[in-house]
Amino acid sequence: MPTMSEKILARASGKESVEAGDIIIANIDVAMTHDLTGPLSVQSFEKIGAEKVWDSSKIVIPFDHQVPADSIDSANNHILMREFVKRQGIKHFYDVNAGVCHQILPEKGHVVPGEVIVGADSHTCTHGALGAFSTGIGSTDMAMVFAEGNLWFKVPETNRFNITGDLKDNVYAKDVILHIIGKMGADGSTYKACEFAGQTVSDMSVSDRMVLCNMAIEMGGKTGLVEPDKKTIDYVEKRSKKPYNVFKTDLDSPSLNIIDIDVSELEPQIACPHNVDNVKPISEVDVEIDQVFLGSCTNGRLSDLRDAARILKGNKIADGTRMLVIPASKEVYTKALDEGLLKIFVEAGALVSAPCCGPCLGGHTGIIGPGEVSLSTSNRNFRGRQGSPDGEVYLSSAAVAAASAIEGRITAPE
Amino acid sequence: MKGRAWKFGDDIDTDIIVPGRYLIYTDEETLAKHCMEGLDSKFSEKCNEGDFIVAGKNFGCGSSREHAPIALKGVGISAVIAESFARIFYRNATNVGVPLLEAPGISKLVEDGEEITVDMENATITSSNGESIAFKKLPPFMLEILNQGGLIEYLKNK
Repeated sequence: MPTMSEKILARASGKESVEAGDIIIANIDVAMTHDLTGPLSVQSFEKIGAEKVWDSSKIVIPFDHQVPADSIDSANNHILMREFVKRQGIKHFYDVNAGVCHQILPEKGHVVPGEVIVGADSHTCTHGALGAFSTGIGSTDMAMVFAEGNLWFKVPETNRFNITGDLKDNVYAKDVILHIIGKMGADGSTYKACEFAGQTVSDMSVSDRMVLCNMAIEMGGKTGLVEPDKKTIDYVEKRSKKPYNVFKTDLDSPSLNIIDIDVSELEPQIACPHNVDNVKPISEVDVEIDQVFLGSCTNGRLSDLRDAARILKGNKIADGTRMLVIPASKEVYTKALDEGLLKIFVEAGALVSAPCCGPCLGGHTGIIGPGEVSLSTSNRNFRGRQGSPDGEVYLSSAAVAAASAIEGRITAPE
Repeated sequence: MKGRAWKFGDDIDTDIIVPGRYLIYTDEETLAKHCMEGLDSKFSEKCNEGDFIVAGKNFGCGSSREHAPIALKGVGISAVIAESFARIFYRNATNVGVPLLEAPGISKLVEDGEEITVDMENATITSSNGESIAFKKLPPFMLEILNQGGLIEYLKNK
C-alpha cells in the first residue's frame, strides 16, 4: 500500500519497502546544478577534500540564470564552472545557449520515471511531472552528492490533489496550481510530496503537468508528482534511452491525504504581491502594469508561446507597457521561430530574448524599478524578486499575460 | 546564549534574506552585507554578533540558495527562532552551521529589540520579563554538526 514516492525511494535505497517518516539514504540518478548555485557546490566539494565526482555521466550542468554573463563576477562563475566540467569530465554540460535547467532536463532526456533526481534549485520539483522523485537541495548537500552519489532523505507523506472538471476556455494549468496554492497556503504542503491526479490531469499535456509540479515548492512541497501514463511514456521514449520504472500510488496508503479539487468553474487566477498564496480570481484584480514577462521554467514552453501568440496576433502592446518574451530553451525558441510566433511577438512590440531565466529572479534582463508593476508567468512574486523591493509582481498564465500586455492592465483573455 | 531579538513576520522568503542579484557572490562577508536587504537595507550594519532572529511561520521559504543561511551566519546571527521553517532552508542552515529553533508561540512571547536567553541544553527560550517557552530539541548529531560550524567541518573533524 505504498505511495509512488515511497516506492521510488524504496528502490533508490535498496530496500523492499519504506514508509513516510523513515530516514533513508537514496542513490541519486541525476544531480543538477547551474551557474548560480554551482559555484557554491563546487567550493563545498573542494572543501570536503573530494577529488573525483562519483559518476560524471549522472551530473547535468546547464547555464541559465546569469546568461550570457552580465558582469565580470558572473563571467568568473562561468569560468569556474566550465573548468569544473572539464576537470571532472562532466558529460552533460549545457553552456549559455541552451536554456532553462528545468526545461533542458526533461527535453534532453535526463528525466525518466522512477528516478531520484536532485537539483541545487528549488524548482527541481518540476521533473516529478514525468513520474520521478525530484527535489531541490542546497549546495553543501549537492557537494555530498557529487562526492558520494547518495543523500539522506526523510520519506515524505503525500498530499494527493484529485483534480476533476473540464477547464473553461482560457483557463490553464497555471490557474489550477495558483488556485491550489491559494487554498493550501505557502506552507500548506511543507515536507509533503504533492501528487497531482484526477481526470483534469490525465487530460493535460506533459508540459501542463510540468506547470503543476513546478509550483509544488510554493506550498512547501518536497516534490511534485504525476503518475506516468501513455503521454509520459511517449514523451520519455522520444527523448531518452535510459531504462525507467513506472510507479503508481496505492490509494489505501496510510501516508496519503487526498484533497479533491473541482476546477470546472475556475476562472483565470492571479497571485498578487508579495506572496504566491495571495491568489485572487482575475475578476477581482484591476491593476495597471509596466512590464509583462512571458517565460521561465513555469510558462516558457512552446504551448505557452502559442497561447500568447494567438492573443497577440495583429495587436499592439499598450503604450507605456513593455513585454519581454523569453523561450525556455533552444528547442522551444527554434520551434517558435519556425511557427512564426516570435515574429508575432516582435510585431506586437515585445522584446524577444535568448533562452534564460530572465527577470524571474531579478538577476538581469528586465529588472523592475521602484513603484513599477510586473505581470509575470513565472513562479514567485516575493517582495524584490524581480528587482526593487518597492516594485510589485503579479503572477498569471501566458494567456492572461498576453491579453494584459495589449490593455496595459491585468485583463482576462476573451 | 543571550542576545537581541530582531523580529520578522510570517513567510520570510530567501529572496528577502539575500536578493537574487547577489547570488553571483559566494563569500560570507559580501553576502552578509546584503542580509535581510529585502526588508531592511541597513540590517547588516545594525545586527551584532550573537543576536537572534525571531519570526513567524514558514521562515526561509522559496529558493534553495545556500547564500541565505551563509549571510545570516556572516552577520553573526546565533540562531533563528521561528514558529516553523521551510524544508530546504532548514537543511541548508544546519549544513552551514546556523541553528534553527522551532518554537511554537515565539512570536507572541518576544518583542522586537528585546534581549532573550536561549538555553540549548534544556531547549528553552526566556524573554526579558522571565517568561519561558520550549523549542523542539535538536537531535545530538545535529547539535554536533552545529557545534563544529557546519556539515563540512563536522565531516573533516570526524
